[in-house]
Amino acid sequence: MQPFADGVVMNHDFLRSVFHSMLKARILENKLSSLYKAGKIVGGVYLGRGQEAVSATLGTALIQGTDFFAPLIRDQAGRTAFGEPLIDCTRTYLGSALGPMRGRDGNIHRGRPEMGMPAMISHLGAQVPVVAGMLFAKRLQGTLNGRVGATCIGDGATSTGAFHEGLNLAAVEHLPMVVIVGNNQFAYSTPNHRQFACADLVEKARGYGVGGFSVDGTDLLACASVISEAVRRAREGGGPQLVVARLLRLSGHGEHDDGSYVPTEIKSGHYGRDCVEVAMRQLVENGIATVDEILAWQDQFAEEVQRAVAQAQQEAPPDPYQEDWTALSTRFPIPQTCAAQ
Amino acid sequence: MSVTYIDAIREAQEKLLREDPRVFLYGQDIATFGGAFKATKGLAEQFPGRVFDAPISEDAMIGLAVGAAIEGMRPIVEMQFADFSSLAFNQLVNQAATHFYRTGMPIPITVRLPSGGTPGSGPFHSQSMEGIYAQYPGLVVLTPATVSDAYHMLIDGVALDDPVIFCEHKFLYRWLKAQSINGDHLPIGQARIIRPGKHATVVAYSAMVHEAVRAADRLQQDGWEIEVVDLRSVKPLDLDTILASVARTGRLLAVGEAFPWGGVTAEVVSRVCEEGFHLLDAPPQRLNARDTPVPYHPKLWAAHRPTPESICEALRKLLTF
Repeated sequence: MQPFADGVVMNHDFLRSVFHSMLKARILENKLSSLYKAGKIVGGVYLGRGQEAVSATLGTALIQGTDFFAPLIRDQAGRTAFGEPLIDCTRTYLGSALGPMRGRDGNIHRGRPEMGMPAMISHLGAQVPVVAGMLFAKRLQGTLNGRVGATCIGDGATSTGAFHEGLNLAAVEHLPMVVIVGNNQFAYSTPNHRQFACADLVEKARGYGVGGFSVDGTDLLACASVISEAVRRAREGGGPQLVVARLLRLSGHGEHDDGSYVPTEIKSGHYGRDCVEVAMRQLVENGIATVDEILAWQDQFAEEVQRAVAQAQQEAPPDPYQEDWTALSTRFPIPQTCAAQ
Repeated sequence: MSVTYIDAIREAQEKLLREDPRVFLYGQDIATFGGAFKATKGLAEQFPGRVFDAPISEDAMIGLAVGAAIEGMRPIVEMQFADFSSLAFNQLVNQAATHFYRTGMPIPITVRLPSGGTPGSGPFHSQSMEGIYAQYPGLVVLTPATVSDAYHMLIDGVALDDPVIFCEHKFLYRWLKAQSINGDHLPIGQARIIRPGKHATVVAYSAMVHEAVRAADRLQQDGWEIEVVDLRSVKPLDLDTILASVARTGRLLAVGEAFPWGGVTAEVVSRVCEEGFHLLDAPPQRLNARDTPVPYHPKLWAAHRPTPESICEALRKLLTF
């Protein structure tokens, strides 16, 4: 342990844990990209490349079994950190009937609501009030104390009504919530200046009456400090916290998109650096991990990813003839005797 | 001592709050104020910490309810007017309605929609949204027409594990009275023959049931016996009861207060054609509101929706085909 910026202690175990999830997600996503390009994945592949430091820090700062985490499109690292097994990802992408979505939904639209990780819908900002509702339920049940709910969105989602309504509602209810905006400068292809007119998205925090933080999303140590602090403040009763992380998506919107609309000067600028490489350097330079350790982790995670892919590939796809084609859990008709009771 | 339709809705919520700790009420102006229609009058005082005013954020209100349901609660959300639920459409049809199929976890939320027209309410406080929600898989859509159904179906709807769109008719709120809230308590999904007959079947729901009964009373003076089926629930749709009635009468008129393009009446007619074409002695008919926004002026409004007169006219054509 050594003193760290903003009075937050640099916790080696925490940073190593965050880095594990960053690295695991990167290796997994590289594999997913290859599988997509080989035509092995039907539908889209959406990567969090370049956003791992932010996502994994949040997932690590949250406590699985106590906290809630509603991941979005670029949160493979956060999902892994929060405890989602790799096989949930590979099964969903590869269409195994054994995955959490059983072929009924794909790619990043997966979740395990029973473990506090709801399944995202494609409509941006929509998870903000859902997380607020999960926390609201715990308040009514008298078990909110010490609990945090978090969700991630991008710069584009800050333009939605859902984001506005959800964050305002969370603020009105003073819920222990953290909303992280990964401002990767492009919503699909639309640059920031066509998305919002304020100088910095964090200015919105003041308008909602919530805590506001800015962080360099390519800097693991900065993320660890700032995001941990935001989670701590929410947990200790400070109400909702908005964290705006500046970074750059190091891939297209999905793997079908080459991202050629991102100007070269942005790619070669500060936020175009790779957060995983930055994190490796930071770990080594601060004596938190050695190069040999990192190389060993790489091998270990590559093997884990390979196993998860191989297993999902062996599993049967859903069978349309066996599919239970009903969207309701209630089985109608209800016998009259039941209703009369 | 008589009970109104809105009394029944308030009583049902009181019973639910009293008996089920998972239930809470969420909506605009519903706490101390008691709601725009007083459907929650006194409940905030009676059940402290269970009845909450929401910000004017329909989308987030349903989002919150979905999240609370994931964590084991049974929220009842009041939309101030059914019309405003268009602002919550995304959370209703994409979040709540898809959740069970996608994840295996049902979302037991009940959304109360004060629906339908009243004189002077105009285009944005008069809509009937049941057909729109019924179109989406994963929602149960209820349209009670009687005091007893308003009471029992709200209680039974909250007991369902699935999301329920509860369309309560504003015109019936204070106009419709009964001696008691107790009734035959049919299960959700079962229609009721509210008036037996043999010459033609009128399938209706919500406030239109009463207009259809008035029309049937008038035609009785001319010797026609009209059977009126109250759907009670538009989704699921009780096709068995409808077909059995059409088998007796050979003639079908479906009446609804919603806009005419598609919707519940179109669904009823198309299903009867599909499965009971051989039962029909005349082309099945539909009668709906006109294909314009709901007008403000009472004279225009009264001519916009089906009335006993327009139902009689449609029935006479059907009977003499």
